[in-house]
Amino acid sequence: MWTIAAKDLHSELRTKEAWNASIAFSVVILLLFAFAFDPSSDQIREFGSGLLWMTYAFAGALVLNRSFARELQNDCLDALIASPISSAALFVGKALANFAMLFAVELFSLPVFGLFYNTWPPHFAPLFLVMVLGTWALTIIGTLFSALTVNLRLRELMLPTLVYPMMIPVLIAAMTITTNVLAGNAMGFGVRFLVAFDIIFTTLAVVFVDTVLVG
Amino acid sequence: MNALEISDVWKYYGDFPALREVALNIEPGSTMALLGRNGAGKTTLLRIIAGLSRPSRGSIKIQGADAREQSTRQRIGVLGHGIALYDELSAIENLTLFGKLYGLPDPRNRADEMLERVGLSRVRDGLAREFSRGMRQRLAVGRAFLHDPEVLLLDEPFTALDDRAIAVLQSMIQSMRDRGRTIIMSTHQLREALDLASHVALLQRGQIVHTGERTQQMLDDTGWLYRTYGDN
Repeated sequence: MWTIAAKDLHSELRTKEAWNASIAFSVVILLLFAFAFDPSSDQIREFGSGLLWMTYAFAGALVLNRSFARELQNDCLDALIASPISSAALFVGKALANFAMLFAVELFSLPVFGLFYNTWPPHFAPLFLVMVLGTWALTIIGTLFSALTVNLRLRELMLPTLVYPMMIPVLIAAMTITTNVLAGNAMGFGVRFLVAFDIIFTTLAVVFVDTVLVG
Repeated sequence: MNALEISDVWKYYGDFPALREVALNIEPGSTMALLGRNGAGKTTLLRIIAGLSRPSRGSIKIQGADAREQSTRQRIGVLGHGIALYDELSAIENLTLFGKLYGLPDPRNRADEMLERVGLSRVRDGLAREFSRGMRQRLAVGRAFLHDPEVLLLDEPFTALDDRAIAVLQSMIQSMRDRGRTIIMSTHQLREALDLASHVALLQRGQIVHTGERTQQMLDDTGWLYRTYGDN
């Protein structure tokens, strides 16, 4: 599991394919919205968290699209499936690497959001908690569907089409909590929803990934 | 115990049966050439043996265990159509990665030994994408043999290899045969296959139409097998 995660991160650090695209996308979106709407502080309180999580979701697709697709080059996926690591370990390793990459993109774009929208949470710990829970949920869904669509010819199109509807409950919960956190309120029920979502979908993904990969 | 037991294996792609009622036993230490024309089902059968795909019906036992068991995969080496190497990693990083995945005690040391063996130790830190085609092929051979597998699966192993890679592969296959390892290779290159094989199996439209020991007659007349058991 750790070997796969380290390999994916090492490969990404060397090529920076997904990282560059994802960072550039998230920064450009945040800047464009800031200049296009020049929102007031009341408006930012209303839609700021939505903008932030939409940016994370779309930037995440760029990271997640590459996750299993990079294994198609030279038939590396076959070599991984034929090796003695379990499909679950392969999946979790990839999910950990995706999580690290996506979380890094979020950490990079968070100060951009704070600077251009003049919005900083009163406490950072609750914001990081919701970012961890929400990002893991996005990652686990995205990685599973990345495995599912890896052999499809139109996978770049299919992955977002399949993944975004699944992400809706996570995004709504994460946006609600983030709105509360930015306003300095309690996080609310959404945290328990995200924890349950993470546990359920991680378990389902680990159980079914062998069927997804081998048939 | 047989090295490989294939019992009544069927594989469907939609309604099309790519493999039909395939049954085959392979003894430990034998070298089996899986022969057949393009589309006969050789690659499909090898993929099922390697655990890369599941049969629609039937079972495959490797040394008595299921092909998808982790302990079974530990004992199998696969050299398929692709080189299965990461272009953005160096030669030593590629082999060390697979050494770790196969749970070798000292993967980096073993990777160094293998690079020496396939003649790539001078470029151990070079990225795989910067290698020539022949060097990449030799690195792929090194990866397949890295964990000293007890059962080796080779899918068209000599196709598109350069002279040096063929020499490296032949010497490694010979060394495995000498140590009593089981080798199964699918190919339609009869001459190379029959030179190495102790047994042959002929696949035709997803069915095994002949299996048995490789005879001198097959060596003398490589077309004999297809003329006698195939439909030309």
